[in-house]
Amino acid sequence: MISFILIILVSLFFTGIIVRTKSITSGRKGPGIFQPMKDIFRLFKKGSVYSKTTSFIFQIAPSIYIASIIMAIMVIPLGQYKGIISFDGDFVFFAYVLGTGKFFSIISAMDTGSSFEGMGASREALFSMFAEPAFFILMGSFSLLTGHTSFQEIFASLHFGSYISYILGALATFVLVMITMVENSRMPIDDPKTHLELTMVHEVMILDNSGFDLGMILYATNLKFAMYGALIANLFMGSFPLYLTIPIFFIIQVLFAITVGILESFTARFRMNHNAQYILALSSVSLLIFLGVLLVLKQFS
Amino acid sequence: MNYISLKNNQTIALSAIPELDYVSFLELNVSSVKNSGYHCVNYFGFPFAGKIKLICCIANDELQTINVSSSVADAKHELPSFTKNNLVFEKFEREIHENFGIAYKDHPWLKPVRFPFNRYNKEAGIADYPFFNIESEELHEVGVGPIHAGIIEPGHFRFICNGEQVLHLEIQLGYQHRGIEQLFLEKKKLLQRTTLAENISGDSVAGHTTAFVNLWESLCSYHPGSDLQLSRTLALELERVAVHTGDLSGMCTDVAYQLGSAVYGRLRTPVINFFQKWCGNRLAKGLIRAGKTNFPFTSELGLELTMLFNEFETDFNSMSEELFELSSALARFEKTGVITNDQASAVGTVGMSARMSGISRDIRFSHPHDFYTELNHRPIIKNHGDVYSRAQIRKEEIRQSIAYIRRLIKNGPAETGKAEQLSSPQPNSFTIALVEGWRGEICHCAVTDEKGELIHYKIKDPSFHNWLALALAVRNNEISDFPICNKSFDLSYCGHDL
Repeated sequence: MISFILIILVSLFFTGIIVRTKSITSGRKGPGIFQPMKDIFRLFKKGSVYSKTTSFIFQIAPSIYIASIIMAIMVIPLGQYKGIISFDGDFVFFAYVLGTGKFFSIISAMDTGSSFEGMGASREALFSMFAEPAFFILMGSFSLLTGHTSFQEIFASLHFGSYISYILGALATFVLVMITMVENSRMPIDDPKTHLELTMVHEVMILDNSGFDLGMILYATNLKFAMYGALIANLFMGSFPLYLTIPIFFIIQVLFAITVGILESFTARFRMNHNAQYILALSSVSLLIFLGVLLVLKQFS
Repeated sequence: MNYISLKNNQTIALSAIPELDYVSFLELNVSSVKNSGYHCVNYFGFPFAGKIKLICCIANDELQTINVSSSVADAKHELPSFTKNNLVFEKFEREIHENFGIAYKDHPWLKPVRFPFNRYNKEAGIADYPFFNIESEELHEVGVGPIHAGIIEPGHFRFICNGEQVLHLEIQLGYQHRGIEQLFLEKKKLLQRTTLAENISGDSVAGHTTAFVNLWESLCSYHPGSDLQLSRTLALELERVAVHTGDLSGMCTDVAYQLGSAVYGRLRTPVINFFQKWCGNRLAKGLIRAGKTNFPFTSELGLELTMLFNEFETDFNSMSEELFELSSALARFEKTGVITNDQASAVGTVGMSARMSGISRDIRFSHPHDFYTELNHRPIIKNHGDVYSRAQIRKEEIRQSIAYIRRLIKNGPAETGKAEQLSSPQPNSFTIALVEGWRGEICHCAVTDEKGELIHYKIKDPSFHNWLALALAVRNNEISDFPICNKSFDLSYCGHDL
């Protein structure tokens, strides 16, 4: 329960910090960190416009999308403290409940019949598909290392002792950060700021959404960021008590947001055909983690 | 001689242009553009004594001349086309066909160019544009526009794609047509006409206005004093610096490189603000006038401009070092949107779009006017024809232009010219003016009647040739690279549509 509340709290200002970081690095003052949330509240007050070519799928998809993310957040623990839901193998549930939401956002984009949105949907589907092995190899290695299969037990029993385990921690953080960037369609995979439909991945899929629906989708993005941030924070918590884990949680989330902002300020995005290679390369980094785990467990003799 | 050689900004009697029969007219012009160092700067027709008079202007880049020849055609007869022999005439002939209904028997496809309101065939509207179609299960079409996603101008782009790869792009323009050439004939006052020239394309105000005033002064046998020439040359080079810097910012935006986008964007502002200080308009509207200047370039302005560039250069150089060494940006620029030397010559590109593919085509070098005769300009040439070459040309031309501006200022503001009155235009004359705007070669032509009134005014913006180069550049590229290709050419919609 505590992790759920913390993630909701962080989601209120996470993208605000990214935007602010990007403003400062480009020499501008930038909006306050709650500005993205204010924009979303403004959208919540508006009605939606639906195109005549769309069906009911287009109307229910935003709700399913945000619901899937809220469900995924429910399984995320805070160190040794369980999430709202926790059971053996819940990381598989986590991945596929997100997949369900993504599936609906993809078919709702196809539902509009626009040539842009079809293009965006195909890109999003491809990139998520490539990101999936990285996530599962990573989580699989951790459950092999700890002997548990639920998020809470894995994270509570993760402890760093040897040099190899520090390397594993660093690699895992890198993989999770990059999966976050892929799943949230951020740089260097996608440019959330662009106005050019032809280069968009995620943004082009929601071109037809408006008002309340758009507000839900945008808020879902904020939630997703906070959720992955929480996952990364969990790597460093072990079984610390609450008065330590809560500050660690916030510090890591803010650091993560600033990192994303800096990453987006000083590089150009990839060419679209390099994205697939890049995301697949994440899987090989995960494989390195797997090898490291085998080393730690002394499987090589 | 079956043609007459003119210098840039030279007025001749209309009757001095040799009039050939159509077949030898065709042979002459098609054979002369075959040689390197020749290119077609304008080819147009206008109604003359009940028929259509065709005038073709071929520039000779080595002798600094323009070879002009003419012919008379009848709209009722089918003619063989120039395009069959050389593709550079393709769009000129489409335009002649659209305006006067001249049928060409072997032109590949006489598509509409811009749907002018006084076109020959008024039945077909802009919504009936005949696109190149495909029938295939595997390929798909993506239509973009005419409403632009950003804030620039309207144009329709139809892509035929195989997945993410573009096989073919067709660009349909004409949404910005305002009938400028016709307005030049209808508006009789010089001020009205100058204002029209300023509004041909908002980003090439100095270029188009200089072309117009040079043409008009030549038509009125007026020789501009060195103060006028200085302010025109300065305005052209300042415009080049400002727009090139803005374009570098735009290119960084399109590859999502935020630092470059912010820094170049900021650097552009003081340059256009200098125009504001000089003449009261950031786009240099009102600065250039035929036979006079309302805003002389004073030594105080010169001092201020020098200081401006001192600050500009420091930031510009360090930003450029950063950008041209940033691997993630170079990965997007290099080998993207390539136009080979052969393609560029076939299409007849001008300006930056020619120089990026190893073609030395620059009016400042080949047909210098105003202070360019003294600057001894050498064009900057690149050979790869990709987005990177276009970015490099911009960077180096900015540095070159700043050096020119410094030299012009150092020589001091020229003496105020004699207040000579502008007389009225010569009757029965033909004048051609060429100017290298920042985008490329701008060509204005005028024809007067026996009273000295304009009977035809022809404008050719560099975008007229270069849009086709863009369409070729994106072939076999990814569709997601189209925006960066488009920005790297930065062509004008309204300059094309007139």
